[in-house]
Amino acid sequence: MAVMTYREALNLALREEMRRDPDVFVIGEEVGLYEGAYKVTQGLLKEFGPKRIVDTPIAESGFTGVGIGAAMVGLRPVVEMMTFNFALLALDQIVNSAAKLNYMSGGQFNVPIVIRGPGGPAHQLAAQHSQSMEVYFYHVPGLKVVRPSTPMDAKGLLKSAIRDDNPVIFIESETLYNIKGEVPEDPEFLVPLGEAIVRREGTDVTVIAYMGMMYRAMEAAEELAKDGISVEIVDPRTLQPMDKDTIIGSVRKTHRAVVVEAGAGFAGMGSEIAAEITEDAFDDLDAPVERVTGASAPMPYARNLERLKTPTKEKIMDAVRKVCYANGGR
Amino acid sequence: MAVTKVVMPKLSEQMESGKIIKWLKKEGDRIQSGDILAEVETDKADVEMEAFGGGVLRKILVPAGNKVTVGSLIGVIADESEDINSVVAQAGGGAPAAAAQGAAAPSAAKPAMADRPAAVPPQPKSEDLTARKPVPSKGPEAPASPRVAEVVAQQPAASMAPAQPSADGGRVKASPLARKIAAQSGVDLKLIHGSGPGGRIVRRDVEAAQSSPPAAAAAAPALRPVAQPSVSGPEFEDVPLTPMRSAIAKRMPLSKAPVPHFYVTSEVAMDRAWALREELNALEGQPKISVNDFIIRACALTLLHHPGVNASFQGESIRVFHRVHMGIAVALEEGLITPVLRDAHAKSLAQIAVDARDLAERARQRKLRTQELSGATFSISNLGMFDVRDFSAIINPPEGAIVAVGAVRKVPVVTEDGLGVGRRMALTISCDHRVMDGAMGARYLQDVKKLLEEPLRLLV
Repeated sequence: MAVMTYREALNLALREEMRRDPDVFVIGEEVGLYEGAYKVTQGLLKEFGPKRIVDTPIAESGFTGVGIGAAMVGLRPVVEMMTFNFALLALDQIVNSAAKLNYMSGGQFNVPIVIRGPGGPAHQLAAQHSQSMEVYFYHVPGLKVVRPSTPMDAKGLLKSAIRDDNPVIFIESETLYNIKGEVPEDPEFLVPLGEAIVRREGTDVTVIAYMGMMYRAMEAAEELAKDGISVEIVDPRTLQPMDKDTIIGSVRKTHRAVVVEAGAGFAGMGSEIAAEITEDAFDDLDAPVERVTGASAPMPYARNLERLKTPTKEKIMDAVRKVCYANGGR
Repeated sequence: MAVTKVVMPKLSEQMESGKIIKWLKKEGDRIQSGDILAEVETDKADVEMEAFGGGVLRKILVPAGNKVTVGSLIGVIADESEDINSVVAQAGGGAPAAAAQGAAAPSAAKPAMADRPAAVPPQPKSEDLTARKPVPSKGPEAPASPRVAEVVAQQPAASMAPAQPSADGGRVKASPLARKIAAQSGVDLKLIHGSGPGGRIVRRDVEAAQSSPPAAAAAAPALRPVAQPSVSGPEFEDVPLTPMRSAIAKRMPLSKAPVPHFYVTSEVAMDRAWALREELNALEGQPKISVNDFIIRACALTLLHHPGVNASFQGESIRVFHRVHMGIAVALEEGLITPVLRDAHAKSLAQIAVDARDLAERARQRKLRTQELSGATFSISNLGMFDVRDFSAIINPPEGAIVAVGAVRKVPVVTEDGLGVGRRMALTISCDHRVMDGAMGARYLQDVKKLLEEPLRLLV
């Protein structure tokens, strides 16, 4: 195990996979000479050369299409979005080509492409650059959607995504690039897609959260432990396919659930998970599933308003207490 | 501007809880002090509840149809800019926890965090009509007896007895997990008090009930019918107590058991009173006067001369009243109610006729004001319209006596010359022996009889 940042873990995953498989290449804006807007591709141009680290014009639809075409003929492109908000420009390529070609060609083509980059709220990136973009993709049949919360998962999941034979949407976070954690150096270390993980064991309530929200939930759990409320935290890691078994198993144990998501709540991941829990674990519930979500508003630039829009530790604690029918204790 | 907490008011002496029939204002409405906010059903009447402060009705914490204990926070009136979170939070999740249980929900036991958003009990989206139906004890396919169904249908306010606080008219609110555990452990959810929002029974409530099975068992009504293979259809059904029936059930044993009753009956010749009444009622522009109005007037006037009968047992003393507030029992479909005719001794026969009719009519519409339902010093109960010869009534504490009135009947009477036909009426007074003795009751009745037999005295 080595301790490294989330950014370094991603870089390592790319490096290892490019060394392992000559068909893997990286394409996107500023990925080569500039070594990535967030330095995820640092040193890769030097090691692998301009044929495998391809700088493009500012044309998301174009270079995503190039990636899809390359994937159709056997390569394994990793397309970088400088921020995932820019993927909106490539939405037609992703939704109508990458996600559909395997089906529409009767299985003649598959599209082993990874589209990666940072998304979700960060620090004062304002309305257009703070969106929780996963919601646009997990709704589409044919796309896998990954949101890795730790350096270890960043590495293990990115490697699995690259090796997957179908399109994977891989959304990182500006706020997590600098966090540090233990990462296995084994080049064959993988985290399988579609497996959730229990980040913290508890007995009174299950909190389902990923990325920055997972860390806030951990802080809330620490606070709540002082009141005698034992919180279990489940990180789905992959949103599509969703690991229902882990989530339902946890809820069957704790009998209560709170889902946290940074984006607006309407028809969000919280709604989906709440529905799954109600369908599969209704008789195990002691309280309705509670959602803690971002406000239904564009992200304000002002720091204080940004905080108001986003789920906070306090909001998570309130929701937990509510499902526990408690101001403290079970 | 100040924040005005809207709480369930205590609208009568005995009131422990009230049910909100409907809100007449909705959240966001501008309220002036004195506006009618809601209609509340107490154990005696439907009462309009007014606002004691102005502002905006910011929050309704207890939706219509729910029953809460007196003093529970049911809404908040405040200025639009006012932060009401802390006030609302104090209501906790257990605000509408059902009546009479007394024990506050654990969630409300500790003060909530001030900045915590309100834990508002979920509002029922629509009225669950099945909730009001009586539950057939056997054979769900068998139709309910139409007569009972009709009675129940006439009782829109049906709710469970205080012994079953968590059940709102039969439908028990419980979390799925609580239901599962209850089913597995044989705990009857109807007997459990729910501590969750809206009285929802949650796991901890069932577990608490499991750990104290004897209490639950003792409280369980032993009402399982014996199988009768030859008879089809339910053997009986359990009709939920209306608040009024519940109040009567609670109050009457408080009278009959601790109050030592004795009874004195006298027969009154009503021939002259009858004739006088017909004469009076023939007058143009005069209110119609009933036999009962004569009796009210006679009883009230006589009480002034027998203050010992117009009296109440107070433990260490006997309170003797100098004014007569006459309780007049009025039979309703679902029970009875005793509105109070104040200062009956000071009212003319015509005034009594007008006032008594008004009280009775409003009693039937359940539109009496709370002050009209308490404070009687003496009562009259008349079953004459049912052709009852005589009967004995139960004293309505803390009053000391009550007169039971039978029908005015034509009977053979012995006159000086032989046998004739006369109108006779039985009066039976029930007296609290702690307050008075047999002779006092008899003397009182004698004077009432005298007044009724010389009815012109009632007019002067």
